[in-house]
Amino acid sequence: MMKLEAIIQPSRFESVKDALREIGIEGMTVTEVRGHGRQKGHTEVYRGREYTVDLLPKIKLEMVLPDPLIQRAVDTILKTAKTGKIGDGKIFLSRVEEAIRIRNEERGENAL
Amino acid sequence: MKHVGWKCCFLLTMVLAAVPLFAWQTPTPAASPAATSNTSPATTPDIPKTVNDKLKDLDQRVTNAQSAGDNAWMLVSAALVLLMTGPGLALFYGGLVRRKNTLAIMMQSFLLMALISVLWALVGYSLCFGGNGPVIGGFEHAFLRGVGADPNPDYAGTIPQSTFMIYQLMFAIITPALITGATAERMKFSGTVLFLTLWFLVVYAPLAHMVWGKGGLLNASLGGKFPTLDFAGGTVVHISSGVSALVCALYLGKRTGYPKQPMPPHSLVLSFIGACLLWVGWFGFNAGSALAASALATSAFVATHMATAAAAMSWSIAEWIKNGRPSALGAISGAVAGLVAITPAAGFVAPMPALAIGFIAGLVCYWMVTKVKSIFGYDDALDAFGVHGAGGTIGALMTGIFAQQVINPIFGAGKPVGGLDGHWGQLGNQLVGILISWGFAIVGTIVLLKITDMITGVRVSESDEIEGLDITQHGEEAYNLES
Repeated sequence: MMKLEAIIQPSRFESVKDALREIGIEGMTVTEVRGHGRQKGHTEVYRGREYTVDLLPKIKLEMVLPDPLIQRAVDTILKTAKTGKIGDGKIFLSRVEEAIRIRNEERGENAL
Repeated sequence: MKHVGWKCCFLLTMVLAAVPLFAWQTPTPAASPAATSNTSPATTPDIPKTVNDKLKDLDQRVTNAQSAGDNAWMLVSAALVLLMTGPGLALFYGGLVRRKNTLAIMMQSFLLMALISVLWALVGYSLCFGGNGPVIGGFEHAFLRGVGADPNPDYAGTIPQSTFMIYQLMFAIITPALITGATAERMKFSGTVLFLTLWFLVVYAPLAHMVWGKGGLLNASLGGKFPTLDFAGGTVVHISSGVSALVCALYLGKRTGYPKQPMPPHSLVLSFIGACLLWVGWFGFNAGSALAASALATSAFVATHMATAAAAMSWSIAEWIKNGRPSALGAISGAVAGLVAITPAAGFVAPMPALAIGFIAGLVCYWMVTKVKSIFGYDDALDAFGVHGAGGTIGALMTGIFAQQVINPIFGAGKPVGGLDGHWGQLGNQLVGILISWGFAIVGTIVLLKITDMITGVRVSESDEIEGLDITQHGEEAYNLES
């Protein structure tokens, strides 16, 4: 059981979500976030005053998956989220100790 | 019930239509003694009329017809000018501030719609348009005494004085509202109320009287010593508010964090809608200043529109060259600059000079807000001075150059008006008007700010400023996104 966090370009979100659904991933949590890695921001000018906007809008997807699905999920995100330009985002994987469904207290992979 | 009402209306219409018909059919023997004392023979069919009476009657009807047309346009114009403050200016400024100060700036515009109206009825109108002193009016129309259905021939001979009064009120509302652009995001609400009340009485009322009031020092057509051409308020409205705005910005000091911390407009969509409403409302402001539904109103309407269009373009072009991209904020700021600059000139210039005035105003105001402001380092938060002070000043100057007697023979038929007519001396008069307006605004504002500072204080605490004026001054938020 692993947690997959992917930070992607907002413009790729719909395609990524659809592709993940196609390989059988049912649940995910999505957050609108701001941040940057190596990508530099852009400049905005309001009546001659320049502002550098370096925290750019991104989408963060979080999902906890059974081990057999992890590789397929990563491949799917890599394929659909990539534009080839700087700022495409990152994927983080981490082990998850336990999962509990609140409704009926199921545990482990059954809770996913 | 509605049906019965409709029937009654129909019946009444039939009766009313029939009455003059009877009057017309009744033979009229000459010189009936009863007819001479009758003032409205048309509604009393049984009394015969003389030819003279008929002529008088006709004359009255022609006057009534003109009055009806003029009055209709002036009432619409008054409503249009109010539209400029709320929602126009409130949205324009509201979008330019940061999210936490949105309601506070909108509230200031709205407050003035209420506050100035009350002051206007009590003494304001009388101070501006009562009496004939050189500097300020009198108290003859205090509490709107004598302001009713009869026209005031000094100002507008074809509309009820009440219409003239309510129309001029709308100007008095927007002028102090413009100043809030410079005090935005850091002035106390209590201080704003007190300062703008005083400012309206001490700065606006005398200036309005000097330029537009009978016998005013700068009046162009009613016996002023320095006849300054100001059709719709370049000096009275824009120089006075813009220059006072600069004084306020200097007195209050910079917003906390300015200029290091970014303070971009929180919603240019609001500003955009506001600017478009300003453009539309300004037709009432400028074309309405003809005070009649006349050809002069049309001329002012056209000039206003052309100057605005040209200024929106010139600001955008300047930005395109400088930054590589023309912005929406630039285009709408340019439009407002054009509206400001054409205000004094609207009823004096032809369309081509109007284009020139707008084009120049767009460039000058662009330079004022992007360059001059950062050179001197004052924090005119929403550029009330850069647009209204600067735009009003060059507009007033250019009025002296481009005014023509074919458009508006204000000095009498055939007499030259502005530089284009060969009357370059007018430029001197314009300069006097501008200097007096600047001086009056500067001195008045400094004194009144000092007084306000002593009574209520002018600036919020730093922590209040950081938290935002919506919460600290009004106890509410513009956007409750979680609710």
